[in-house]
Amino acid sequence: MRPYFPALALLAVALLLSVSLGAVFIPPGTIASILAAQLPGLNIAPAWPRAAETIILAVRLPHAVLTLLTGAALASSGAAYQGLFRNPLADPYLIGVASGAGLGAVLTMSLHWPQQLAGFYLIPAGAFIGAVLTVLLVYNLARVDAIIPLTTLILAGVAVGSFASALTSFLMLRADDQVYRALSFLLGGSPMAGWQPVLAALPYMVVGMGMLTVLGHPLNVLQFGEEEAQQMGLDVRRLKIWIIFAASLTAAAAVAFSGIIGFIGLIVPHVIRILWGPDYRRLVPLSVILGGAALLLADLLARILLAPSVLPVGIVTALAGAPFFLWILRKAKREVFW
Amino acid sequence: MKTLSPPSATLRVEAVCAAYGAQTVLHDVSLTVAPGEILALIGPNGAGKTTLLRTIGGILPMTAGRVQVDGQNLASLSPMQRARILSVVPQARQMGGAFTVAQAVMMGRTAHMGWLGHPSQIDRAAVALALRQTQLETFAERPIAQLSGGEQQRVLLARALAQSTPVMLLDEPTAHLDLRHQFELLSLLRKLTAEKQLAVLMAIHDLNLVSRVADRVALLVDGRLQAVGTPGDVLCPKILRDAYKTEIEIVYHPVTAEPLVLLADVKGPISS
Repeated sequence: MRPYFPALALLAVALLLSVSLGAVFIPPGTIASILAAQLPGLNIAPAWPRAAETIILAVRLPHAVLTLLTGAALASSGAAYQGLFRNPLADPYLIGVASGAGLGAVLTMSLHWPQQLAGFYLIPAGAFIGAVLTVLLVYNLARVDAIIPLTTLILAGVAVGSFASALTSFLMLRADDQVYRALSFLLGGSPMAGWQPVLAALPYMVVGMGMLTVLGHPLNVLQFGEEEAQQMGLDVRRLKIWIIFAASLTAAAAVAFSGIIGFIGLIVPHVIRILWGPDYRRLVPLSVILGGAALLLADLLARILLAPSVLPVGIVTALAGAPFFLWILRKAKREVFW
Repeated sequence: MKTLSPPSATLRVEAVCAAYGAQTVLHDVSLTVAPGEILALIGPNGAGKTTLLRTIGGILPMTAGRVQVDGQNLASLSPMQRARILSVVPQARQMGGAFTVAQAVMMGRTAHMGWLGHPSQIDRAAVALALRQTQLETFAERPIAQLSGGEQQRVLLARALAQSTPVMLLDEPTAHLDLRHQFELLSLLRKLTAEKQLAVLMAIHDLNLVSRVADRVALLVDGRLQAVGTPGDVLCPKILRDAYKTEIEIVYHPVTAEPLVLLADVKGPISS
């Protein structure tokens, strides 16, 4: 239980900072009162400016929750893809899954559903289909007999991802205003505003991350190779289908409403492995917690670095993540570290 | 089915054929391994030793024939059911190296624990026993990658022992081991085979280890079984010369009279 306490503490701090800091500073005490006043049965006389309540409830809180969910989803699906590919560099962004999901989301958006919750719920489904097709394609392109070498995985991921991104850009040029706005956030990588995307993403993520958490033990066994895992009693074919389903569902819901954000799925599981070892029964839930915390902190940087203008959070994660990627690449050549 | 010592059982391989694509690589292979017996599987490179083990283990589908353990047809079982009957010790590879020895051996209990991998008292006891039998207790909390080749091979044996199966397949367990580690691993295997009445089928390359460890020998050439019998029957010059297509000499151990296989003298007569 040791790793969970510091992880949850970090998440709580990140969440509090994210809601509290911005163009206007709102003290934690005021936030607590505003939230408490929302609870039924508690009659708390408002002792805060009306604007503060609006900022917290309608702007910062939904933004923070979606950011948290996105980070959690990217990190946990990253951990699962790494387990599936038995490769430390398999991140939803690097293996092209994020781009594939983005293409699926954009195609769904350009079908002109009315922007109501029903239409919103379908965007992750489109992203999911895009993500699954991408994983299957990359998996089969990268595979050499029973193993998936690092080089072919990254090359296949980059090629398939670039192709999906190019199609997305093409669709963007032909899109009308409304879709264009949706797309520019997608390519930049920053979470959508309001509670609607949170509600639409949540069911997909709960199912996906719940399944990944349960798959911890079989993911461990799979690290010894597919044949050995089968000899130890796992139905490997079925296991791989479940992993792809759950990880793609999770990653797709994140991409659908927060766009393409790289490297969170790479950095977070890796740091957890260094600190607490390779056991997926811990790695997945810790990736959920710390992925949320990491993206909240990155998002905080994105909002305050050039305030009052806001950077897409994808730029911040790429600035931190690309050097980290190179560092792991160097390390992977020398050591068995996972 | 949660038992530490499995009931003993006989492995019967009956007229098994297997193919990679259109190319048939195993032709009508039949053999039997009794409880408490080690059957060594020998043959030149590419004869199909590993293929036969993979076919028996259910990795490669067979195109004809069947594999039975105590009347149960292995092909009709799920991977989970099969893994309670048959365990496999692969060649040591660089996989899963960050897990500790204890974690890896616990994974051998997957067939008993199920998908969630939640260990019961029996699972913990089986792991503790396997670690003790393979003398890995002091390494239990060390990452596998930090161990030597011989120790890693022992981890794989411990994992298969924890699986508590009546049948065990081993694929060249002594490859890459030095003499001391070969001796330790094989004497451990011999002892456990007798104690637990395991039926053991072991592919092995070094012919001189065969007569020291195996009760019987099966010789595989080009996917066909050429000879089965005691080491004394199979390790004779004529059979081996045909199988390996090379000149060999057999000498007999001065004390035990076990056949030992030597390559023909490649230096030739020394001329002056």
